[in-house]
Amino acid sequence: MSMPRVVLVDDHGLFRSGVRAELGKQVEVVGEADDVQPAIDLITELLPDVVLLDVHLPGGGGQAVVQAIKAGHPEVRFLALSASDAPEDVIAVIRAGARGYVTKTISTAELADAVRRVAAGDAVFSHRLAGFVLDAFAAAPSPDVKPSFDPELEQLTGREREVLRLIAQGYTYKEIARELFISVKTVESHVSSVLRKLQLSSRHQLTRWATERRLA
Amino acid sequence: MAAGVAAWRGFNVTTVRIVFVLIALLGGWFVPVYVVAWLFLPAAGAEATIASKARNDSAGIRLAVGLASLVVLVLLIAGALNDGRFITWAWPQVFTVAGLALIWRNAPAEEQETLRRLVEPLGATGGAAPSRRLALRLVIGGVLLAAGLASLFSAHASLALLRPLGGVLLVIAAIVLVLGPWWLRIARDLALERQAKVRAEERVDIAARVHDSVLQTLALIQRRADDPQKVIQLARMQERELRSWLFEGRDPGDADAVTVAAGVREIQQDVESRYGIPVEAVMVGDCDLDENLTALLAAAREATVNAAKWSGASVISLFAEVEAGEVSVVVRDRGKGFDPEAVPADRKGLAESVLGRMTRRGGTATVTSAPGEGTKVTLKMPRTVTAGRT
Repeated sequence: MSMPRVVLVDDHGLFRSGVRAELGKQVEVVGEADDVQPAIDLITELLPDVVLLDVHLPGGGGQAVVQAIKAGHPEVRFLALSASDAPEDVIAVIRAGARGYVTKTISTAELADAVRRVAAGDAVFSHRLAGFVLDAFAAAPSPDVKPSFDPELEQLTGREREVLRLIAQGYTYKEIARELFISVKTVESHVSSVLRKLQLSSRHQLTRWATERRLA
Repeated sequence: MAAGVAAWRGFNVTTVRIVFVLIALLGGWFVPVYVVAWLFLPAAGAEATIASKARNDSAGIRLAVGLASLVVLVLLIAGALNDGRFITWAWPQVFTVAGLALIWRNAPAEEQETLRRLVEPLGATGGAAPSRRLALRLVIGGVLLAAGLASLFSAHASLALLRPLGGVLLVIAAIVLVLGPWWLRIARDLALERQAKVRAEERVDIAARVHDSVLQTLALIQRRADDPQKVIQLARMQERELRSWLFEGRDPGDADAVTVAAGVREIQQDVESRYGIPVEAVMVGDCDLDENLTALLAAAREATVNAAKWSGASVISLFAEVEAGEVSVVVRDRGKGFDPEAVPADRKGLAESVLGRMTRRGGTATVTSAPGEGTKVTLKMPRTVTAGRT
């Protein structure tokens, strides 16, 4: 497999050059941008395989970039990155269409692996995102939620929940497969299905929950 | 200045001061001369005079002129009503007031402090109680003033006195009309200046916080650059501290945890700072702690510490989930693991204390481990109160 072409979007130059130096041998970093508008221009011009996107950008959240690109170029995939883990910001980027989320403290090997998996079309959940998602889907939908067209989207299946729990406990996909006696492909399809529900669910909870959680 | 004269003539400082006060009472011009001397003579040990600083303080100069004009107005009115010794003494005090205003704003810190202590009883000093007292004082003052005026008028019941009074009122109205906006602007400028000062103080507070925590840690990291483990530990500790200050408004080391999530976070912090191994904590849901859940957290802490001490893993994951019926905690490492059948005696004790803690309160504890496979401790505790935050 050829090296995935990557664009880095982060407002910290120091972080960009660090990632570029670390990932240099494993992916092809084709460009860097430091804010929403330059990022949109650059991505439209270069059409990379994967965009490593900071959740927090000075000119608006990372989700603005995802939304702008998704419409015209659905083939560009986004992997969200952040240093702070405010759940509402992370969920917002994922709901906008990012294929995964990792924290900036991730090791280089894991980051390179995550980029490759996103490039291949898989979803990448860090342990923290798995926790957020479990949390978001944990409470029963409140009565004031409008019934969506597909009630199946509003709830995680028992298996999906199990997979997310193991991810939250730091298991790799391979370890999860062994633990649950299923194939790695099945694990991946569970995660992708969770991602789909996360992006399509009409549950108000997913947006409202974050604010409540902050108060708790 | 008294000290200067005393040194020059060889008198006692206190004697000189008493003489000064007596002269001040006799002649009206002495006080402003003293104030001007205060402005232009450097204090003992100080290099610059207050006047040299005051030259650059345009707001202060405006304030001084504004105050002086107010005093002039008051004296004009007083002079129209009554021409006594007091008025002759009082005229030079216009300069005293202006000079004092400049000194107030430009004197060195300790002199300002003295002035403030002297003036404090006269004005409001903030806070609820003092301002209520001030209001009371104003009311009583107002009543006394009204009573005084009433007795004045009843004493001089002649109408002839009222005619000049009407003129005086007109003059006051004219002056207030002309100068009022200007006085108002001076007052507003002063308020703005105070706001700026408050902001500057806030900045200083934040700067101090950043210095105490972030800069210190950065310095430590530079010195420990050759020890990556230590550097990671320091960076994580600092990150957590900053995060809890920024997002939760908590000072580091605040109060005991009252919820499961807070308790788990505490375990994470303690183990990371004590053993230098990163703990990846994930919390799902939250609820208040009761006795059983406190026991659960104690067991979780022991399991985490155990993993940090013995497993040799580079990271420990700590997962807590609050569900409607139970709370579960999973402590997992990818370390060397062990054969549960052949546990050395010194570790059996620990496993049992984790197990014992849980079973005594109706919970369960399972330990899965194999050599080379890491260890996983699963703790589950049923919830007694089902209502809670999820």
